[in-house]
Amino acid sequence: MIEQNLCLLLVVIPLIAAPVTAMLPAGRSPWLFTLVITWLCFALSIWQLTIVLDGSTISYELGGWAPPWGIEYHIDALNAFVALIVSGIAAITLPYALRTVEKEIQLQETSLFYALFLLCLVGLLGIAQTGDVFNLFVFLEISSLSSYVLIAMGKQRRALTAAYQYLIMGSIGATFLLIGIGLIYAETGTLNMQDLHQRLQPILDHRTVHTGFVFMVVGIALKLALFPLHLWLPNAYKYSPSAISVFLSATATKVAVYIMLRMVFTVFSTSFLKITHTEFIFLILGAFGVIVASMAAIVQHDLKRILAYSSIAQISYMVLGMGFASTLGITATVVHVFNHALMKGALFMAAGAIVYRVGSSRFENIYGIGRQMPWTFAAIFVSGLSLIGIPGTAGFISKWYFMLAALEQQAWLIAFVILLGSLLSVVYMWKIFEALFFHRLACTAPPVTEAPLSMMLPMWTLVLANIYFGINTELTVGVAETAVRLLGVTAYHE
Amino acid sequence: MKHNLVLRFITKYLFPVIALFALYVQFHGDYGPGGGFQAGVILSVAFILYAMVFGMETIEQVLPLGLLRILASAGVLIYSGTGVITLLMGGNFLDYDILSLRPIQGQHIGIMVIELGVGITVSAVMLIIFYAFSDRRNHD
Amino acid sequence: MIDIIIGHYNYWIVILLMMAGFYTVINRGNLIKKIAGLNIFQTSVFLLYISIGYVNEGTTPIIAEGFTRYANPLPHVLILTAIVVGVSTTALGLALVVRIKRAYGTIEEDEIHDKDMSL
Repeated sequence: MIEQNLCLLLVVIPLIAAPVTAMLPAGRSPWLFTLVITWLCFALSIWQLTIVLDGSTISYELGGWAPPWGIEYHIDALNAFVALIVSGIAAITLPYALRTVEKEIQLQETSLFYALFLLCLVGLLGIAQTGDVFNLFVFLEISSLSSYVLIAMGKQRRALTAAYQYLIMGSIGATFLLIGIGLIYAETGTLNMQDLHQRLQPILDHRTVHTGFVFMVVGIALKLALFPLHLWLPNAYKYSPSAISVFLSATATKVAVYIMLRMVFTVFSTSFLKITHTEFIFLILGAFGVIVASMAAIVQHDLKRILAYSSIAQISYMVLGMGFASTLGITATVVHVFNHALMKGALFMAAGAIVYRVGSSRFENIYGIGRQMPWTFAAIFVSGLSLIGIPGTAGFISKWYFMLAALEQQAWLIAFVILLGSLLSVVYMWKIFEALFFHRLACTAPPVTEAPLSMMLPMWTLVLANIYFGINTELTVGVAETAVRLLGVTAYHE
Repeated sequence: MKHNLVLRFITKYLFPVIALFALYVQFHGDYGPGGGFQAGVILSVAFILYAMVFGMETIEQVLPLGLLRILASAGVLIYSGTGVITLLMGGNFLDYDILSLRPIQGQHIGIMVIELGVGITVSAVMLIIFYAFSDRRNHD
Repeated sequence: MIDIIIGHYNYWIVILLMMAGFYTVINRGNLIKKIAGLNIFQTSVFLLYISIGYVNEGTTPIIAEGFTRYANPLPHVLILTAIVVGVSTTALGLALVVRIKRAYGTIEEDEIHDKDMSL
């Protein structure tokens, strides 16, 4: 019975756990219950991935209604991969969250905090699993609403304004997506993704379809923090609690990348992308995003802000991969979704460990802290090398595939932009290394000890995973290639 | 506001009428406009009207905040619990046909139970929002 | 020409409300006015959905004797869900505004910006 309903249990188990967690008394019990639930979801997602790894698909009808009348969960390799990333990051964040939540969230709010965490997990997993466009909108709003509240729980009062700005921009994005879905529904009469793909083929030149597509892309781009629409991200990541920075930076925007992939390549087709020249928009915005965000990262004075701008740059890389619209390009995007989750997760965990010990992440307060926290600094060093793209780490694999995709299309300018982005990331990473390790100590800093073990173990698990998946790419690249094949993207031919 | 005779009388008269109307909307969602969300909002409006005229302490005695939080969680659990029950009985999630011997009656039972869950949660949540916004304990 | 204006009057209303709401969100500095604008913006989307769900000469979508044409019930269900999402977003936004007022003492966006920059 479990195997039959596997794709559904991934969503239902956290959904039932969330109100139960809200009713638990404050203390250790909400954390323990959430830990068990996230580990259970992680195990289920691994099981689901092993089922669809060879290219088969699972189809599950909710309520017994056959599609297209009912909501259908259609799982292929890409869905299972994104679900694996989300549940994996959640499972790693929970042991890390014990100490930081104790320090940053008031005691009577901890049960609500973990309930909201589970609701966010429900939303993100639901987006990864569903095969119905409106169901995707509902889950997107569930995850967004819970993340607004989670960000607002940060200690400083600027967390409130950061959450408010994210709320306004995120709601506008979701409403644009809703308008797009409405226009597409008006044209075709169905909400099922597979059915939409078939019904949209003969009417792809209608103006309504183009308008719906534009609204959808802009709405998803707001959630994705694509270059001109990224203004909410630095504040949101800087002022949120440490565990939430880790979780949201590694999952929320990646799931939005998945939504974009699903909408553009499955619902509409690759040929539509080329007819409307959206690929050029993706290429231009991605290129600008890489350069502008990396340059903005260089001039920041705060560790978490540098990491936030670096996230914007990495997401622009993924959009660049979508702009290539070839097998290699989308493979690079999907591989980078996985690798970036590992890299940024480890970096934000280290930043959270520093905040846990020192209380601030501004450079003027943490100069030279790397010498007092050597293991944390080593984690930042290795993850930073992965971000730059040194061979032997996971980041190198994704950068390699991006370069291959660019060279295959002879887009010399984009290849130059990718290299320039790597060079700029060397600059801001070196700024971090220099400030943390080589600088003399800040005068106001009391001596600190190393981060506690419950925070060190998840951090180093992610760092070692970085190195492992940089050497053994069978899982990431294999799954990416299967996913791309099922998306229906063809290899590039001139 | 409790010094205004007209308001006091009308509120005391209207409270059961609104509550009855909320129950009507809840259970007639199959055959007319209605359902869980609308009924939950109307029921909470009855309590909010009473609180606005007679003061918040009166409804805080009947519905303390802890009870409302438990009710809100319980409504969600009723909804998902129905889905899990259909899973355990062998069908897909929220496949109401399984719930009874005749599929049509199963659909009826299923919809009624989940709308009940939705109504409970929505009324509890609306009252929690009202408590949060009108709470004078932490105001400056 | 007349047909474009009169025949599609629902779309004109949707566009008017959408632009009014969107302009309010972007231009007004008061945080509560932004939320009100967001609400108007979302309401226009609901009107879009419902107005395209109408079937000519269709009656309410409940099976009754003697009727063969029913209006499409699916947009109504979608809008119900979207209204609930909109209400939740509004409630959350207003709760955030209450907390911001408590923390900053003001709800004008430029004054909040000045207080943040002056630290």
